[in-house]
Amino acid sequence: MFAAFAMSDSVLLARDLTKRFGDFAAVNGVSFEIRPGEILGLLGANGAGKTTAINMMLGLLLPTSGTIEIFGRDLAKHRVEILRRMNFCSTYTNLPGNLYVWQVLTVFGRLYEVPDLKRRIDEVLGLLEIGHLKKRVTGHLSAGESTRLNLCKALLNRPELLLLDEPTASLDPDIADKVRKVVSRVREESGAAILYTSHNMRDVEEICDRVVFLHRGKVLFTGTPAEIVRHFEEDSLENVFIRVARSGDVEFTGETRKAGDE
Amino acid sequence: MNFRVIQALVMRYLYLYTRAPVRGIELVFWPMVNLLVWGYLTQYLQKNMAGDFPGQITYLIGAVILWDVLFRAQQGVAIFFLEDVWTRNLLNVFAAPVTTRDYLAATYTIGLLRALVTTTLLGVLSWVLYSFNVFSLHGYLLPFALNLLVFGWALGMISTALIVRWGPAAETLAWAVPFFIQPFAAVFFPMSELPAVFRAFSMALPCSYVFEGMREVLRSGSVSTRDLLLATGLNLVYLAAAGVLFVRVMRTARRKGLLTKFATQ
Ligand SMILES: Nc1ncnc2c1ncn2[C@@H]1O[C@H](COP(=O)(O)OP(=O)(O)OP(=O)(O)O)[C@@H](O)[C@H]1O
Ligand SMILES: [Mg+2]
Repeated sequence: MFAAFAMSDSVLLARDLTKRFGDFAAVNGVSFEIRPGEILGLLGANGAGKTTAINMMLGLLLPTSGTIEIFGRDLAKHRVEILRRMNFCSTYTNLPGNLYVWQVLTVFGRLYEVPDLKRRIDEVLGLLEIGHLKKRVTGHLSAGESTRLNLCKALLNRPELLLLDEPTASLDPDIADKVRKVVSRVREESGAAILYTSHNMRDVEEICDRVVFLHRGKVLFTGTPAEIVRHFEEDSLENVFIRVARSGDVEFTGETRKAGDE
Repeated sequence: MNFRVIQALVMRYLYLYTRAPVRGIELVFWPMVNLLVWGYLTQYLQKNMAGDFPGQITYLIGAVILWDVLFRAQQGVAIFFLEDVWTRNLLNVFAAPVTTRDYLAATYTIGLLRALVTTTLLGVLSWVLYSFNVFSLHGYLLPFALNLLVFGWALGMISTALIVRWGPAAETLAWAVPFFIQPFAAVFFPMSELPAVFRAFSMALPCSYVFEGMREVLRSGSVSTRDLLLATGLNLVYLAAAGVLFVRVMRTARRKGLLTKFATQ
């Protein structure tokens, strides 16, 4: 079934990934891949299992069963080497609020062994347009400023794989737009593969090449946003989302590919 | 071992003090209070007691100083972890390319630095205020302090493991764990004062031999090598066992999602 996924073809390959908490399966037999240079949207209603899946990709959670291969290597066996080449940003974490912005970036830059760190810090701060906050205390930043600082941290080591869990959740429309542009730009300039979760379907339509739709821990379908909209005969991804979230058992086959079938 | 990673983790901790020097107060305040209480008690007892004992009673001051080595080392390790819990930074650290070994090495370093700061401070103060010279422990000072440092590290790892396992509600263990063992550790009185059950417990703690040894040095000028070896041997066992416990709990945490729960609690 996975023969088509030659190891070198995908940056990340999740096979039959399952995570149970007690007898509840938060992620249930999920398979998907992230291809080089693509932005893959991971969609699904609240509680669908997106964050759980991301936590497994970061090695913060061990899968109950199934495997994750990143850069062609088994995450369970090569966690630290793999983590050095990737990064993440999540609405669920803060950076240490009791340090200055420059201190936070210095510490994480060193943890990721970023060369020429001082320059890189100015670069990422500039990219997110928060250079003026460098000498501020992290905990005093507004929600939107912290999100952008989180993104700076995530970009520091020029990751080849970037996991973004709701990066636009607390941003005003203007900054959200800028962040989407930064994400696109990072992909274009560095060729990074990016996993992106968001509840904002306009976000997703704008920047994701493909989406994986999770429902109650299972992959319902994968495909490009346009394919999916066409298939459901809706006029936007948002309407598809609402329809699917409310009746998650819809049968879905058709031109939109199921994970692992191509 | 990746020294750059260890250095980065240590730096994160030291930055806290440059950002808020007031944090340093915690580091000097309690040990000083302790020293003042026990120091003046010692002076008082020396003046008002007859016989040989008053001369020896300066060991109380030595006990305060040495206990602090253990306590600071334990705290350094446990609070290092909690610092990331408090700032909701835990996942950023645990999803960074940091091996468990490097993480622990950083916590040990912080424990060592904390112990160095307070022992130096207490050493100087006890000399100025009570003419108690820690160097009257001669060449034994270093092996004593090292043993207490290592035992502090082991207790620190155990504290963190329990906090990870039981969640933020168990946070106070970071301060409590050393005091669970203090009554049995022969810190202020010899093992022989303890009833048999407690004495057995005391004999299983490496630090008991250090405090017994300290009193012995102050009384007679030397310690039995056997006691020092016993302390060191026991310490290695505790350190290894605590390391195994820590690694196992972290694995359980990754299985049950305890770390990710911490981040949201
Ligand atoms: N450590 C845990 N222990 C028990 N259950 C958990 C744990 N972590 C997550 N869950 C459960 O797993 C399910 C999936 O949660 P997850 O956070 O992955 O959803 P999500 O898709 O990210 O949702 P949202 O859009 O709300 O962020 C939820 O029902 C959640 O309660
Ligand atoms: Mg989530």
